[in-house]
Amino acid sequence: MRKFLLALVAAALGSLAVAQSGRLEIFSWWAGDEGPALQALIDLYKKRYPNVEVINATVTGGSGVNARAVLKTRMLGGDPPDSFQVHAGQELTGTWVVADRMEDLTPLFNQEGWMNRFPKGLIDLISYKGKIYSVPVNIHRSNVMWYNPAKLREWGVQPPKTWAEFLTTCQTLKGKGLEAPLALGENWTQQHLWESVALGVLGANDYTNLWNGKLRFNDPKVVAVWNTFGRVLDCANKDASGLSWQQAVDRVLDGTSAFNIMGDWAAGYMTTTKGLKPGEGFGWAPAPGTAGVFMMLSDSFGLPKGVKNRANVLNWLRLVGSKEGQDAFNPLKGSIAARTDSDPSKYNAYLQSAMRDWRNNRIVGSLVHGAVAPESFMSQFGTVMEIYLSGRNAQAASNAAQAIATQVRLGQ
Amino acid sequence: MNWLKNKDTLYGFLVILPSLVLLGIFVYGFILQTFYTSLTDWGRDPAQALSANPQIRFIGFENYRELFTGFVDARFRQDLVNTFFFTLFFILGCLGVGLGLAIVLDRSPKGEGFFRTIFLFPMSLSFIVTGTIWRWMLQPQGGVNQLPTLVGLPKGDFAWLTSREQIWQVSWNDLPFLTALVVSAVLVFIALGAFRSGERRRGFIASGSAALLLLWAFTLGRTLQPLPYDEPHGFNLAFIGIILAAVWQMSGYTMALYLAGLRGIPEELREAARVDGASEWQLYQRIIFPLLAPITLSAMIILGHISLKIFDLIFAMAGADNAPTDVPALLMYLTTFRANQIAKGAAIGMILLLLVAAVIVPYLYSQLKSEVRR
Repeated sequence: MRKFLLALVAAALGSLAVAQSGRLEIFSWWAGDEGPALQALIDLYKKRYPNVEVINATVTGGSGVNARAVLKTRMLGGDPPDSFQVHAGQELTGTWVVADRMEDLTPLFNQEGWMNRFPKGLIDLISYKGKIYSVPVNIHRSNVMWYNPAKLREWGVQPPKTWAEFLTTCQTLKGKGLEAPLALGENWTQQHLWESVALGVLGANDYTNLWNGKLRFNDPKVVAVWNTFGRVLDCANKDASGLSWQQAVDRVLDGTSAFNIMGDWAAGYMTTTKGLKPGEGFGWAPAPGTAGVFMMLSDSFGLPKGVKNRANVLNWLRLVGSKEGQDAFNPLKGSIAARTDSDPSKYNAYLQSAMRDWRNNRIVGSLVHGAVAPESFMSQFGTVMEIYLSGRNAQAASNAAQAIATQVRLGQ
Repeated sequence: MNWLKNKDTLYGFLVILPSLVLLGIFVYGFILQTFYTSLTDWGRDPAQALSANPQIRFIGFENYRELFTGFVDARFRQDLVNTFFFTLFFILGCLGVGLGLAIVLDRSPKGEGFFRTIFLFPMSLSFIVTGTIWRWMLQPQGGVNQLPTLVGLPKGDFAWLTSREQIWQVSWNDLPFLTALVVSAVLVFIALGAFRSGERRRGFIASGSAALLLLWAFTLGRTLQPLPYDEPHGFNLAFIGIILAAVWQMSGYTMALYLAGLRGIPEELREAARVDGASEWQLYQRIIFPLLAPITLSAMIILGHISLKIFDLIFAMAGADNAPTDVPALLMYLTTFRANQIAKGAAIGMILLLLVAAVIVPYLYSQLKSEVRR
């Protein structure tokens, strides 16, 4: 009897093991408005591998603010998700690759012939010591200013070209009774605004130098960035920290505010969720002072060491990097494909303009979205922001940023 | 091994043994581990922070020194000030509202049971639920701010959770001095009490320490400055919204405590006082409130430790990133899980533990002592 029971338990365990090998857990922060794009990818995967059970482990929160904490506890606890979303760049290499937690994907890139399908600059961003560590699925632009064309015509203003011009426009709009010409959301979107101001004030060269350590944060040029930032904030709504980025976009659409600086996932939100037509329902321009520069960020998927379903993950990564996968995902997500051979006809007017800029513009990386600085810096930059917001002291904020940069060895 | 002979004691010991072992590992063992982590540099080197086998060096109390005097840790110091004000107003609010409700209910109005349930109900919710509801009500554009429009007044525009205004600012550098003043005031109070009850020795010790502390405060205390510059910290007005929600949730609990206390006061006492010609106010002031003092103390302890470790309510109401409503528990989460500064997060955790212990331990001590006396 006992033997029989043991055999039964063993059989049960065995069948469980088989069932588990048919699983794939995808960890991301794409929920709500960004959910359909991920679902499109998952549907494709299910079509190709119908026997695999896909678990969509999403942790909500814009820009991964909550997801990254959950991911960390899972990784430290020895329970890595099969594949997780991570921003290409320092957020991947400076956090997980240096800690030796990721598998080298160079063989996959060679096998699939991806080396000449992805731009070289992007491959450099996801490489560490000559090895490639993730598969980029999309390219987002961070420095975009959104507006409502009909409302701008009504107020009689043009999208400003520089931050100085922006401040004048802001005064004009305030004169017309607009309380907050700039719509702003919670903490991370304030940092998002900062990086666009920094790029606009410093220019692409000095902005890049900030991240490779050639320009120090306490340089007078960076102090000037904080000063401009302060004056831009005076144009923004006072209840910013209570709003999500979607709510901030809504304020532009309903005419409470005139402008919003947000990445181009806002275009995805306005077309997919709000059903607006690019160019009519909403308009866009590069953030003031950043014409000709494309501040990029890229979502990518990697393969953590020690996952249970390695073969399934490799199939997932093949799909993520394929032309078919990227063209299914990106038009819904409101981003452009990371591959250079994607089909422009599948994308809307905004995304086609972003594709053109991606090929012609100077490329720089985003701070808040993990491209240029490691997580330890990004996270503590929030404290720098608070030092500035509570005292409006540009010098103190610059000094604090430099102290953190030194501590986390930024650019070394 | 006398106790082994007594079978009951042995059984008793065996019954609690599993929980003793579990507590030993999962509470006290982990406290020790956290303390050790807080003395290391885990997380300073990004390459080591999250690796499978991190190299960790022992650096002593460096993390603590940075938290209290470091340039980039201003947010932690503001959080400590936030916790102080939050605890103060949360306890005062709960005690005040709870006592008021209890006195009203004690007069046995119609439907007392109904109201008792109504007032106690918020406590059955979790802080996350309370936080979510109150976040809706305190939206800048709606909820509470719309209330005045019901009676034809213009709508309010108070930024309940998003205000950045600060009042009662004090420089961090003045804190050693101010702390000394407060402590010596307490000592003087103790001394006065001791003299009044004839304990002269105790009185002299207390007044002597007070004098010494004051001397130190006005001489060396003024020169002891943790920071090389002035760093003002004060009460963030955004906390008013949080305090409202927290008081709403917990005042039912103090009401229940006080009501039990009030019902426990024998009617004879009140009648005797009334016969002696005490007015209603005097009755409360001289008889009832003093009898309620032990209840107030227990309520303060419970509420105090809740407010020191509060996390979920604020996370739900204002989010983790909203610095005006930040508290050490939230900062600990951000430092550890976002900035990967694991050792510094552990240090914040230890400071929180000390704060809670400072509230709980004296209480436990006095409780145990009175039990022994019994």
